[in-house]
Amino acid sequence: MNFETIVGLEVHVELKTDTKIMSPAHAHFGAEPNMNIHVTDLAYPGVLPTLNKRAIDFGMKASMALNCDVATVMNFDRKHYFYPDNPKAYQITQDERPVGSNGWVEIEVDGKKKKIRIERVHLEEDAGKLTHTDEGHSFVDLNRQGTPLIEIVTEADIRSPEEAYAFLEKLKAIIQYTGVSDVRMEEGSLRCDANISLRPYGQKEFGTKTELKNLNSFNFVRRGIANEVERQEGILLSGGEIEQQTRRYDEATGQTVLMRIKGSANDYRFINDPDLSEVHIDEAWMERIRAEIPELPDARKERYVNELDLPDYDAMVLTLTKEMSDFFDATVTAGADAKLASNWLMGEVSAYLNAEQKELRATELTPEGLSSMIKLISDGTISSKIAKKVFKELIENGGNAADIVKEKGLVQISDEGTLRKIVTDILDTNEQSIEDYKNGKERAVGFLVGQIMKATKGQANPPLVNKILLEEIAKR
Amino acid sequence: MTQFTKDDVYYFAKFARLAMTDSEAESYASRLSDMIGFADALKEVDTENVGPMTHPLKLINVLREDIPTDRLDREEMLKSVKEHEAGMIKVPNIL
Amino acid sequence: MTLLTKTATELQSLLHKKEVSVKELTKESLTRIAKIDGDVQAFLTITDDEALARAEQLDNQPLEGRGPLFGLPIGLKDNIVTKDVVTTCGSKMLEDFVPVYDATVVEKLNAAGMVTVGKLNMDEFAMGSTTERSAFKQTHNPWNLKHVPGGSSGGPAAAVAAGEVPFALGSDTGGSVRQPAAFCGVVGMKPTYGRVSRFGLVAFASSLDQIGPITRNVEDNALLLSAIAGVDPKDSSTSPNEVPDFKAALTGDVKGLKIGVPKEYLSDGVAEEVKNAVKEALNVLVSLGAEWEEVTLPHVKYASPTYYVISSSEASSNLSRFDGIRYGYRPEDAKNLEELYLRSRSEGFGDEVKKRILYGTYALSADHHKDLYVKAQKVRALIAQDFANLFEKYDVIIGPSSATTAYEMGQLINNPLTLYANDVLTVPINLAGVPAISVPCGFADGLPIGLQIIGKHFDEATVYRVAHAYEQATDFHTSTPDIWEGK
Repeated sequence: MNFETIVGLEVHVELKTDTKIMSPAHAHFGAEPNMNIHVTDLAYPGVLPTLNKRAIDFGMKASMALNCDVATVMNFDRKHYFYPDNPKAYQITQDERPVGSNGWVEIEVDGKKKKIRIERVHLEEDAGKLTHTDEGHSFVDLNRQGTPLIEIVTEADIRSPEEAYAFLEKLKAIIQYTGVSDVRMEEGSLRCDANISLRPYGQKEFGTKTELKNLNSFNFVRRGIANEVERQEGILLSGGEIEQQTRRYDEATGQTVLMRIKGSANDYRFINDPDLSEVHIDEAWMERIRAEIPELPDARKERYVNELDLPDYDAMVLTLTKEMSDFFDATVTAGADAKLASNWLMGEVSAYLNAEQKELRATELTPEGLSSMIKLISDGTISSKIAKKVFKELIENGGNAADIVKEKGLVQISDEGTLRKIVTDILDTNEQSIEDYKNGKERAVGFLVGQIMKATKGQANPPLVNKILLEEIAKR
Repeated sequence: MTQFTKDDVYYFAKFARLAMTDSEAESYASRLSDMIGFADALKEVDTENVGPMTHPLKLINVLREDIPTDRLDREEMLKSVKEHEAGMIKVPNIL
Repeated sequence: MTLLTKTATELQSLLHKKEVSVKELTKESLTRIAKIDGDVQAFLTITDDEALARAEQLDNQPLEGRGPLFGLPIGLKDNIVTKDVVTTCGSKMLEDFVPVYDATVVEKLNAAGMVTVGKLNMDEFAMGSTTERSAFKQTHNPWNLKHVPGGSSGGPAAAVAAGEVPFALGSDTGGSVRQPAAFCGVVGMKPTYGRVSRFGLVAFASSLDQIGPITRNVEDNALLLSAIAGVDPKDSSTSPNEVPDFKAALTGDVKGLKIGVPKEYLSDGVAEEVKNAVKEALNVLVSLGAEWEEVTLPHVKYASPTYYVISSSEASSNLSRFDGIRYGYRPEDAKNLEELYLRSRSEGFGDEVKKRILYGTYALSADHHKDLYVKAQKVRALIAQDFANLFEKYDVIIGPSSATTAYEMGQLINNPLTLYANDVLTVPINLAGVPAISVPCGFADGLPIGLQIIGKHFDEATVYRVAHAYEQATDFHTSTPDIWEGK
């Protein structure tokens, strides 16, 4: 029997506000333990939450960018469960009236476009951080307690590990474009759980699902889902039944491992938090947030293809991150040819960043710098070969290509008289090569060009060298 | 359910993280049965077209600007923590 | 002795004329506490050193700019959080808990120049109406030491009645200021929900709790409420409404005042002597030019069960933070987290608190959420509507604060349903969120009777005006228990 894979994702994204969602403590990654705290975060007797306006703004912005309806009336609810990283023993979240609902994200896998529906986007508090020791006890750090999160819940529309991967890449790009989060999985500002089930093709009802946690990179999401699908398939094919479980992906073995059996489900006892007021969003507020949303990846992609004549592939790669896309736009605005700019960003720039494990903003390269170099290539001032030297200088020390070329004497020699003199000098000392060429050994020309390039330190204009060389050989 | 059994007591006590002896559970079962019986009267009230009153004072958009204030000093915080280490709060083995 | 019988205004004038110093006043209060609190048992913590140091400091402040409460001693119910002063909430759970911050009301009292002399006894986590549920001591009614002071603000009411302090703050979730005020023959106000900040009040039921002043007379009460009221950015449920000058409202004029008297408030459940005292009080008000009519609050008979569902549900949520991890009671040798939770909570909380947590957990559970918790919230809306309907026609609603006078100690502790049923006169006010005051209106067998005056949302001014006019026309508030004379 063949089974269809059914996946729904729950993605938590930390919002980049200055303070926590329910207290005025700093909300920053990477402080010493328990330094970014407020009495409210400790859940002392008598403390009360205060709702961060910017967290609402960010929740709205993300919801709009994910094509959701934004609630005009919302409230916050208490969700009860005991855990040491949850000081009140309830988390303030949105149960009945989330900030966003009914959205979608379009993905593309193997050339096919598909919409993944988003059921809801809700705002909530993050928990503190627990560190477990070998001696059996644990330590609580409440710096993260109360950091604003949005939880994005998809419909069970995903049909393969690849679609899950594509969805996350797209989601990450969209969120990053809106600027509401750094969406860095390694810093925990994006976390993902997957609900996975199988059903025979043609069947309408969903099968029993398992929840997969501890997916610490997009690749692990892909592999984790693939492995879980394989496991479930094995059970179903051998006549077994899937048990409702929470499982975790083990990076070392590539397998999913049982965490706990569900069923004795927690009763979260939601209540509308009496300490917090309702939030009503009017048209002016909606409009203000809508105006703050920048051009999103899909729109940019379309513009690159339609207005700048870039191939689909280039447009897709350039828009993966806002940083790269912004850089590209600025390079073109500074006067560079779009296709050349794309080639350089996808080629040399990406290769350099990969090799150095750097982010673009951590280099000295500026859009103006890259553009100045591309302009020199376009007008024949420098060869592509020279450009590589100029590029290295630009990305490591910054500056302008024209200045570098001048300073280092890298200008291409395109003067015919000068080149003809060099060519005849080389021919005079390489009579054997002329002989070889005339006897049909075409490779001899390559040798001669090499000698000329060596003599000019690579600055000779290659097409011109070829032309003069053939002319001079013919004369002999 | 107006009769609250000992098992009911244990079931809800688990969510509330309360432990008790058998005789305590018995006593709670009887007293909670009374409480639930006391609340039976509510059933006769027609609330068909009534919305729940969650807040006695209806305020909207009570929001805080995103500006950090009133940082709690870690040493002050640790004073009331019975066990701590390296600035962190210690908890026993999580099973 | 004579000093503490004076009103705030009289004391302020003495301070201004330098006939008395803040330190002398503070000492008078502390001396009195030392002398009689062994009998009354109102105080859990006496902050004598801090109080005297502060008094000295205040004496050095210039006369200009002093407010009407400057230099006057006050006691706080022990669920109001005080920085560096242990705040127990009457519970073993917080026996040694020293807060790192001050409640907003405490900051306001400090700004007004008041001197806190100590923390006052209460039913554990404010759950009770006799103060017999305190984990630490039993407070006695100053009018008859064999009787309870009421509760849960039994400590504050008894301390004021015994003349230990002229001012106290209590908290009122279902009557916990008004009922002990009635039992102890003092004035207790539950302000409109949202009038006073709850930041730093240990939460019992967040949608019902309000801090309220307890004093010996209406004018002092109005002054104290003016000092603590107002919007607080730390409490999102406080109203931005302007706080009027409540003292200015005490005109003595009640001519043409329309009073509604709900027949449910003079039903068979109310003791005869209490009914008579309330009717007498109405006669006094009529003699001053007011008029009254019998009215009905059709849904108040459901108020007690509604209240117990809502307050227990919210309590089960609010009290879940007491887990033995960050503060509060924690057993020494818990082997694992689960044991730490279970033992901290089971050993730290008392019986009544655990019962209400269980009840609230039940009411919020998936199977009962709708037919119990949400149902109660709907009935609450109907009760609130009953009041709104009456307030379209009447300026105030009047009835007794309690169905009886103070119970004998131990009389009802094992009879919770009778106790809960007795709350029917006070809990509807919290459910509706309106303000209400209890003022002394008589005695039966030497025990005080309280008159409850209920007002419109944010119209404490009218409530005070009526209470003050009545008080000035009678002399119940000038009576003092025998314990004042050291008998």
